[in-house]
Amino acid sequence: MELLSDQGLRLDGRRPEELRNIRCKLGVFSQADGSAYLEQGNTKVLATVYGPHQPRGQSRNKAPHDQVFVNCQYSMAVFSTGERKRRPRGDRKSQEMSIHLRQALVAAIRTELYPRSQLDIFVEVLQADGGNYCACVNAATLALVDAGVGMREYAVACSASLANGEVALVDVSHLEESSGGSNLTVATLPVSGQVALMEMSQRFHSDHLPKVLERAIEGCKDIHQILDGAVRKHVEETGRASGWGQVDRAGIAL
Amino acid sequence: MLTTKTFLRKTKRGNILKIVREHYLRDDIWCGSSLCKNCSLKEKDKVLDKEVISNVSSVFSFPHYLVLDTNVVLHQIDVLEEDVLENVIILQTVLEEVKHRSSPVYRRLKDIIENPNRKFYIFVNEHHKDTYVERKPGETANDRNDRAIRVATSWYATHLSGSQPKAKNKHVSMVLLTDDADNCQKAKAEGLIASTVYDYVKSLQDAPTLLDKLSKKDGVFEGGSKEPLFPLHLSPKEIQDGLKAGKLHQGTFLASRENFLEGSVNVEGFEKFILVQGHAGLNRAVDGDTVALELLPESDWVAPSDIVLEDSEDDPGDILDEEVKMEKEKAKAKKVEREPTGRVVGIIRRKWRQYCGILLPSQDKNSVRHLFVPAERKIPKIRIETRQAEKLKSQRIIVAIDAWPRTSRYPLGHFVRALGNVGDKDTENEVLLLEHDVPHSKFSDQVLSFLPKLPWIITEEDYAKRVDLRGLTICSVDPVGCTDIDDALHCRELENGNYEVGVHIADVSHFIRPGNALDKEAALRATTVYLVDKRIDMVPELLSSNLCSLRGNVERFAFSCIWEITKNAEIVNTKFHKSVICSKAALTYGEAQAKIDDKNLNDDVAKSLRGLNSLAKILKKRRIENGALVLASPEIRFQVDSETHDPIEVVAKKMLETNSMVEEFMLLANISVAEKIFQEFPDCAMLRRHPQPPPSNFDPLIKAGNLQGFEINVESGKQLAESLDLALKPENPYFNTMLRIMATRCMMQAVYFASGMLQKEEFAHYGLACPIYTHFTSPIRRYADIIVHRLLAACIGADSTYADLLDKRKSHSLCHNLNYRNRMAQYAGRASVNLHTHLFFRNRVQDEQGYVLYVRKNALQVLIPKYGLEGTLYLAPPKGQVAKVNFTYNEEEQSQSYGSIKFRVFDPVTVQLSLDRTNVQHEKLMLLLVKPEIPDFSVPSQAAADEAMDVDQVKDTAAPSQPPSKRQRKSK
Ligand SMILES: [Zn+2]
Repeated sequence: MELLSDQGLRLDGRRPEELRNIRCKLGVFSQADGSAYLEQGNTKVLATVYGPHQPRGQSRNKAPHDQVFVNCQYSMAVFSTGERKRRPRGDRKSQEMSIHLRQALVAAIRTELYPRSQLDIFVEVLQADGGNYCACVNAATLALVDAGVGMREYAVACSASLANGEVALVDVSHLEESSGGSNLTVATLPVSGQVALMEMSQRFHSDHLPKVLERAIEGCKDIHQILDGAVRKHVEETGRASGWGQVDRAGIAL
Repeated sequence: MLTTKTFLRKTKRGNILKIVREHYLRDDIWCGSSLCKNCSLKEKDKVLDKEVISNVSSVFSFPHYLVLDTNVVLHQIDVLEEDVLENVIILQTVLEEVKHRSSPVYRRLKDIIENPNRKFYIFVNEHHKDTYVERKPGETANDRNDRAIRVATSWYATHLSGSQPKAKNKHVSMVLLTDDADNCQKAKAEGLIASTVYDYVKSLQDAPTLLDKLSKKDGVFEGGSKEPLFPLHLSPKEIQDGLKAGKLHQGTFLASRENFLEGSVNVEGFEKFILVQGHAGLNRAVDGDTVALELLPESDWVAPSDIVLEDSEDDPGDILDEEVKMEKEKAKAKKVEREPTGRVVGIIRRKWRQYCGILLPSQDKNSVRHLFVPAERKIPKIRIETRQAEKLKSQRIIVAIDAWPRTSRYPLGHFVRALGNVGDKDTENEVLLLEHDVPHSKFSDQVLSFLPKLPWIITEEDYAKRVDLRGLTICSVDPVGCTDIDDALHCRELENGNYEVGVHIADVSHFIRPGNALDKEAALRATTVYLVDKRIDMVPELLSSNLCSLRGNVERFAFSCIWEITKNAEIVNTKFHKSVICSKAALTYGEAQAKIDDKNLNDDVAKSLRGLNSLAKILKKRRIENGALVLASPEIRFQVDSETHDPIEVVAKKMLETNSMVEEFMLLANISVAEKIFQEFPDCAMLRRHPQPPPSNFDPLIKAGNLQGFEINVESGKQLAESLDLALKPENPYFNTMLRIMATRCMMQAVYFASGMLQKEEFAHYGLACPIYTHFTSPIRRYADIIVHRLLAACIGADSTYADLLDKRKSHSLCHNLNYRNRMAQYAGRASVNLHTHLFFRNRVQDEQGYVLYVRKNALQVLIPKYGLEGTLYLAPPKGQVAKVNFTYNEEEQSQSYGSIKFRVFDPVTVQLSLDRTNVQHEKLMLLLVKPEIPDFSVPSQAAADEAMDVDQVKDTAAPSQPPSKRQRKSK
């Protein structure tokens, strides 16, 4: 399958450097301390944050005394893919995703602010259409912001792959992911330009890696813009309703 | 803008899946016209002319762009390929449908689009916000696409109208070409200008020959009977139901070479091919088609006819005959010989392609309907319409089949292009390349762009990555005139008394990176094809003859396989490296042999060669003890005139000790590499296997052996090899060679495969008697070796893998192509030898010693060792003539006798060879019997007729009528 036509369009009509449509909303649940819903194309995820709170159960032993214990859980709804999923959580894939999710988020959260406490982050994929991990990181960031958890900056993730052996594509859809080529996923802290996680489904040839990576990082920066816009809008709206009107409360001065 | 496409799809397990995909609509897709003032087009995207002077039509006498419907591209690609139609808009809808329906047509369309002179513009209508159409409930996909095409056409008309004057003779309009009546009608109703291709092409003013190229898809030809000649084909639905119910069988139809009214169908699950006979039985199936077959009741089964039946040379019109003769034959068939017989009831998939051949002009001077005779006998004649018959009748032409209606005796087709005059060597070469589907066009600029830039220099970095073997005494040994040297060898004695032996193979995979255009082209070509006077390279010459070729005294990259071997040729260890080598000498087999034999010579090269030679002898002996077969096929070489390139002498290829020396080490390297890559990549290693033939394959060999009093044991390769060694006849020294030739024909083809697709027991190579084998040693001329190099490089960490390399299904389909191309390359090579044999005999009549290889019902198959060729000596006269001499065929004994003279398999005969040029367009090698003499049948020997020869030759060309009873043909 040709991922990129001679006219420079991808299978879904995007150009190589174009993201899918991103729509997001903060504060979708009132029960949780923080929540966010995010759509990246047809990939739809829901993230909720509880805490920081006293460590409970087993994690009481795990929690380090000088920083917050971050507990991440990734799951996929049974209806998230075309064929119904048998095990929505706890399978190897989900466990791996949880670990990777935690790695990216811990890099952004100011863990030292909440010693001896625990932070629970639950992310559920409602509909999967490629870039599940990226959407989860991005949604979790919004939920953390909504919860008012102190962060260095946003954690933003984006994927990229290679079309026709030469052109790097940003924000890979499921169709593109499954066409056989290798995919790269990065989670970054886009302002400082740090990379929190990088993963490849297969090896890239060393000639191509730099441009694919660059494209993914560019994508992170673009997504950062969108997320930041959404946060500001959300704060403005909620602020207006409750009379705050200040941005600082959210703990982000970006 | 955004919309979503939702559709349902069935998974492999039969579940219904709902698939939702995003589909972005854009406002930055431009129209591609130079006259547009609304789009922000870059200069290079202005494909369509501002002032349209092309496509001058008497009906559409105003400037216009053309929009094509899918059916036009699919069926009239030959018309589009002509440099006539310009300023054409190809919609994405059309492009994708074509890609989906026929990849060859898609590739040809892409080639046209890439030619800037043709001004073909691709408009991505599916992603344009104004031209995207959603499928309505109840609308078929086809109707939706037709609508999309009309919407885009009308969008263009409105879009461009703002940018140009209103006057009709200046105003560029849109003309939609479609052969779909419904679409055409709807378009006209919507106010669009639409036309069928036929009407449009007919109205063109300066392209009269374009009409010849129109596809006759709907089977409209003037005249002709309208009585159906063939039974109706079943509908796809009926076929599906029949297959499910087990009443019908699906299989590939293979036409017989000898009898145009006979063929067989290869049905999975049946041990034997199923026979089909007669016009009705074949029911318009053409060689290669996938057909639906109905098995006849056992009482109606017949035996394959033993006769050679050619379709008559003249045009009988739309009537069927010839079956009478076969009917008679059938009645005689004994019950035992009867085979499962069936009849074709429907066509599941056509495998029509373009065919080379010649025109058989109609008797009627004014007619435009003519018959086309394909070069390949398995293909029926094709009826075409052309107005250039006079010009084409002496040329080789290409024709495509369009349809085969029930009312027509022959399939209908159209003229595609002419190749050149019949008998021209270049034309004939072109024919055989086309016939064997050998890709032989020049390498495209895109492919060439991936070649290394010259001057090519080895950098420090390269040396650092590779093992430096420049100090070793490496040399190459190849045939005379070889410029693509892909292997070199070395051998030296180690201090511990063992030998170090290295096989160094050109590092082609260093230059050909996976997935680029160069790699794709090489993968498509799969192999270099060697013709007698020409080589069609798999990779561009810069690589094949220069950078990859391991020439003497230049530094080259190699992939080295190095063993430590004891004096008894036991391998102690094996190593693989990427290396830099500098070959000390590029020798021919003869030169190397001379160096070995010259006792006074004691330089490093000679010592190295002697070491190799002594080890090779041990290796070979061991291999043969293991049961490796020594087979024979007559190999000959033409000595070619250096200027005209016409063959002047034929010599049999000589085998020297050094040939087998090189061969042994190549085998050893291939086996070592096969083991290594299989160990590392058990799932996706590319290997080569040679299956053991089913016992029934050997029947003719056993029978022939028995008749001569030898028992041929075929239970295993080893036993076969032994019994072949024992079968010697002192009075007939060529007997053993012939047996080996026969044995070779009983063999299966060796094939490439991906290790994950088979069980390990099936890997074995029967001919070489080894459990695992691959091809590593000729990457310049075989693509399989490139893949093996990449796998091996990944094993030793010298290179990275890529997705397709590790995907066993991708490897499997790659193997499929490699096997196909290899087979075709082999056939093309043989055809080339045949062609040169014909050229050689053009001005010659020669008596030669031959041997009977097979005895047929009406002919003897004779092998002439000197030329390595096989010909048919016909014993029965052609149809319609009375034989003066009647031979008696004894099937049990495999003999033909007349009076006291008896022909049996392996019997020597003397035959007169000459070229039958009576039919200017179809030259045939003719065999006439000289000895044993049979009055009224044999011809006088050349020696006796020496004086008469000149006269004879003159007669040959001037009065092409041979005595009818002696007309004999050579079968291909
Ligand atoms: Zn325009």
